[in-house]
Amino acid sequence: MVKPLLVEEHPLDGMIRADRMPHIWCPGCGIGIVMRCYAQAIIKSGIELEKHVVVSGIGCSGRVAGYMNIDSYHTTHGRGIPFATGLKLANPDLCVSIFSGDGDLAAIGGNHLIHAARRNIDITVICANNFNYGMTGGQMGPTTPYGAKSTTSIYGCPEHPFNLVYLLAAAGANFVSRWTTIHVRQVIDDVLYAFKKPGFSFIEVLAPCPIGFGKSNDLEKGIDEMLLYRERCVHKPDTPLDQLGIDLREDQPIYVGRFIDREAPAYQPILMEEKT
Amino acid sequence: MTSSHILTGRYFMNGDHACAEGAIAAGCRFFGGYPITPSTEIAERLSRRMPQIGGVYIQMEDEMGSLATVLGASAAGARSMTATSGPGFSLMMENIGLAAMMELPCLVVNVQRGSPSTGLPTLPGQADVMQARWGSHGDYGVVAYAPWSPQEFFDLTVHSFNVADRYRVPVLLMADEVVGHMVERVEIPEADQIPYWERKRPSGSKKDFNPFKAIDDDLVPPLAHAGEGYRVHFTGLTHDERGYPDMSADTHQLLVTRLVQKINRNTKDLIRTEAFHLEGARVVVIAFGSTARSARRAVRVARERGMPVGFLRLISIWPFPEQLIRDLAQDVDAFVVAEMNLGQMIHEVERQVDQPVLGVHHAGGVMLAPQPILEAIEKVTKNG
Repeated sequence: MVKPLLVEEHPLDGMIRADRMPHIWCPGCGIGIVMRCYAQAIIKSGIELEKHVVVSGIGCSGRVAGYMNIDSYHTTHGRGIPFATGLKLANPDLCVSIFSGDGDLAAIGGNHLIHAARRNIDITVICANNFNYGMTGGQMGPTTPYGAKSTTSIYGCPEHPFNLVYLLAAAGANFVSRWTTIHVRQVIDDVLYAFKKPGFSFIEVLAPCPIGFGKSNDLEKGIDEMLLYRERCVHKPDTPLDQLGIDLREDQPIYVGRFIDREAPAYQPILMEEKT
Repeated sequence: MTSSHILTGRYFMNGDHACAEGAIAAGCRFFGGYPITPSTEIAERLSRRMPQIGGVYIQMEDEMGSLATVLGASAAGARSMTATSGPGFSLMMENIGLAAMMELPCLVVNVQRGSPSTGLPTLPGQADVMQARWGSHGDYGVVAYAPWSPQEFFDLTVHSFNVADRYRVPVLLMADEVVGHMVERVEIPEADQIPYWERKRPSGSKKDFNPFKAIDDDLVPPLAHAGEGYRVHFTGLTHDERGYPDMSADTHQLLVTRLVQKINRNTKDLIRTEAFHLEGARVVVIAFGSTARSARRAVRVARERGMPVGFLRLISIWPFPEQLIRDLAQDVDAFVVAEMNLGQMIHEVERQVDQPVLGVHHAGGVMLAPQPILEAIEKVTKNG
């Protein structure tokens, strides 16, 4: 007989606001996996917990700010990045991360996203990309693959999605990578790397959304999208950036890896010698 | 704050520059903004001054980002501000609501121009008065001031930062193009003469701290900053005293009522007015901002002609001095309200009094002259 293993304490307990559980996410949702990677990276970082701050916008991924047991700010839709910019510039000792979704960051917050990357603000953006607006019930968004179905694209999405890696690379981010929720170790490593990397870091993590996105696209269980990642993902960091678009039709590969890692100087406010 | 950062002395400067120097004198060390006429000189001045004093000037991509970054800086402990005009003020409405809900102190300067829409970018208006009060969705208390001179633009900038910190609210400084671009004498006091009201800060156990629990009668909870170890959660969602989202009608009622009462209970501290010749007045003229300059002139001329006229200048426009107006109404036959819009603040006066209230209105683009105000005074005096 194997004795049941009673776990009384989880290594990440201190990182989660247990009194906020249960969370709002659906069964099979991938956001929790990404949040777990973020929590793990915080512990590994060796940076004092009180110096870590997480900022979110609105949406399912935006709820991460409410579950992390660190200073956390759940802001207006799309405005997480400028809010985080203010935190970081007013107190450069803080390790400021933005955890939000693809719709929040790339649609309503798209302008802030590219401009923060252009300025190379020293913050880390973790983008859980589930290809749709999940919280409102599965509408198409700026990352919905061409032809994919949603409650507002029942005939197939007529728009082409952002290739976020290409976008962020062009905008000027110092570090850009893409993984999925099956790449847990890589996500932890990259978040950790991004904490210490000066300048703007962007980590896109594809995450299953069986209820919002999957049900309309023959990916009804969380595991279905995980299997799709396993089948389609190709680790090829030297892929030309313009070929990194995500296309779920037929047997198109999903390229993952660290695509940009450069050393452009991070944003610094100008400091002049005071005239005496 | 070192005194060398404050440009103590007498200057001939425009209102926008006076506002920028007022911000520095108040200890503001973060400006996030987007250029817009007629407020741009505030940004320009601070882009030069902030680097000299170790502060941050960041030019954002739009006004949503501007106020968002100002709120982030405030959450980290900085006195922070932005400056804009009508079109940008409209874009800031969502984050004015967030500031009210998160109770993050900040200063939003609106140098009003002719509106609606793009309107008259280089010319004055006072038509954002009701937007200042009700512009963001939902119920929340708001504090707004309207300077009538560059000197007062300086003074009210300092005062607005103090009020924002003391009450954990966004303060709206509703200047207009006339005051922003007018050049006048501005006296900047010695550092020790600049009033400084501290933010209420937490003490005691960090573990048991409830960031939205108001213990004091003023209904203002102490503010913990990011990085101090309180592990706070701030959200724009309806939240309980811990800051945790709570989607119940009871919690919503408690929170929103407190946000409104926080202002209503402290009106004595927030309302500022200036009275001229109110003793024995049978007619009272009410005006604010640059229009008050013309109104004062009209009242002076009317008094020289023997008319029993007094003048009440609103320095704070929100909260509105309801009780003061009702008290005045005891001995007055009529009111005249002059404003550079087609009728906004007049409704607030009408709500308080039974006497006739005559409006002197203009859509903006040019300062209201004393003459139409004088004519209104004559009209109600004859009627009386």
